[in-house]
Amino acid sequence: MSTKLRVLVPVKRVIDFAIKPIINKTQTGVETKGVKFSMNPFCDIALEESIRLKEKNKDLVELIHAVSIGPSKAQDVLRTALAKGADSTTLVDVGDEEVEPLTVAKMLKQMVERQNANLVILGKQAIDDDSNQTGQILAGLLNWPQATNASKVEVDGDFVSVTREVDGGANTLKAKLPMIITTDLRLNEPRYASLPNIMKAKKKPLEKLKPQDLGIELVKRLETVKVEAPAERPKGIMVGSVDELVSKLKERKAI
Amino acid sequence: MPSNIVFKRGFASTVYKLDTLAFVESAGGKISPSSLSSLNAANQIGKPVTAVVFGPGGESIAADVSKIPTIQKVIQVKGDKYEHYLAEELAPTLKEIIQSSSYTHFLTSASAVGKSVLPRLGALIDSQPVSDILKVVDDSTFVRPIYAGNALATVKSNESVILASVRASAFTPVDATGGSAAIEEFSSSAESGSRTEFVSEELLTSERPELGSATRIVSGGRGLKNKETFDELLEPLATKLNAAIGASRAAVDSGFCDNSLQVGQTGKIVAPELYIAVGISGAIQHLAGMKDSQTIVAINKDPESAIFNVADIGLVGDLNQIIPELTEKL
Repeated sequence: MSTKLRVLVPVKRVIDFAIKPIINKTQTGVETKGVKFSMNPFCDIALEESIRLKEKNKDLVELIHAVSIGPSKAQDVLRTALAKGADSTTLVDVGDEEVEPLTVAKMLKQMVERQNANLVILGKQAIDDDSNQTGQILAGLLNWPQATNASKVEVDGDFVSVTREVDGGANTLKAKLPMIITTDLRLNEPRYASLPNIMKAKKKPLEKLKPQDLGIELVKRLETVKVEAPAERPKGIMVGSVDELVSKLKERKAI
Repeated sequence: MPSNIVFKRGFASTVYKLDTLAFVESAGGKISPSSLSSLNAANQIGKPVTAVVFGPGGESIAADVSKIPTIQKVIQVKGDKYEHYLAEELAPTLKEIIQSSSYTHFLTSASAVGKSVLPRLGALIDSQPVSDILKVVDDSTFVRPIYAGNALATVKSNESVILASVRASAFTPVDATGGSAAIEEFSSSAESGSRTEFVSEELLTSERPELGSATRIVSGGRGLKNKETFDELLEPLATKLNAAIGASRAAVDSGFCDNSLQVGQTGKIVAPELYIAVGISGAIQHLAGMKDSQTIVAINKDPESAIFNVADIGLVGDLNQIIPELTEKL
């Protein structure tokens, strides 16, 4: 009899992927007031994968628990997670502080222990800080196997096979549970939450904690000196024909 | 964090070595181009650079690395368990090397391997890594992109061992001839106890230059309609230019080409001399992967496409006519 999965899915609230961020006047970060926020797309994929594992084999997955570490508004992404199919959720309310991946991973380690999770599925990166670190750090802290950039996940008893997107192609790793998986874009197509499910989600559990409840102090190891806009490219030209294109390329010594 | 500062002071007075350890990856029996770029970033930190090479095929790679003039020493770690660069095996050994010689910096390229191992190492030595650096300001300050490259953050690390990954396209590769660094073997006593097993890999074989280091790239998007048109139009153009082929996410998702050719925030980040975007609309996620290219050419039927905002030369029209004509006239 194989181990039942208790899946932990960390989800982050980020500025919506379609919005071009504006840098604030003090050059300390980007404007967040009046900006649309959503669940980080990679987290959405991680959640979808855990729901599909459960749908494919009801006996396989005992619990899907989503956790978000963020401001109190991150409740919204947890409600979305519940509406899509998570069983229960935890918000670790850190206020408006940006929390670094190492600290997030330390909190997630505590959550893994609290939830007695044996599989953590995370997005490969958050589209705001673009770090691509949290899953790997968590795997290191727990000394669990890690499979990053997953494009395919197959559970067979206590073993999980993961096909990963790597430079130049793909590779497949196999590991014994417990383990950490981070998701790539092509793993799946996340579902939308239906209205009835959104209504039902309001009655599902959403636990609220503070970092202190997990025994973690919010420390910063990196100091953001400034945030600025990248240099703008000089305005380009439009050409009317292939001949003109070729001659402009020659002028620029691009060919 | 006060305890950290105390530790640093003690550290500086008792240890004389303040070196950078650089992880060098190989692919197909050669030093990977992205590692050569990351070694340039390592030099810019301004401290002696030691390179570390892993794996059963490491001997010839270590010999190649020893010829890089800016390398002081090459550490070679042998062992079949390193063959596939699993983070579970690399991280504990790297921790051992770093702590045995008190390195202050560890650098890797931000390749798939680098991204996988760096944070795991961070967990083991309790250091917050800095991802994907574009610029070395000083030995503890770096510039890195956030929000898909729509903002650049200057960050200062207060860690006693600074861990960073390097965006290859932001640094020119170091010269790989003329040096003669000593090669030392390192035997690790670290037992990872890893339960991770490498099963198989499927790498794309191509005669073309590697996408990440190509000087010219021809990239296709949804506008190419299907795989046949994608190949038919882009292959001859890429061959003529000796260019690598890239793609937008839309093209990859529609099955026009392999995933590993995706250029963008979540795919490859490139900065070639010439980037020709064919039938690509220019979503911010795609622009994040190519907007530092020297010359950008956009060919698209929709004059409103966002790609024209970053293009140096734009041409509006039908790809099926323009691309063959361009291929012929080059």
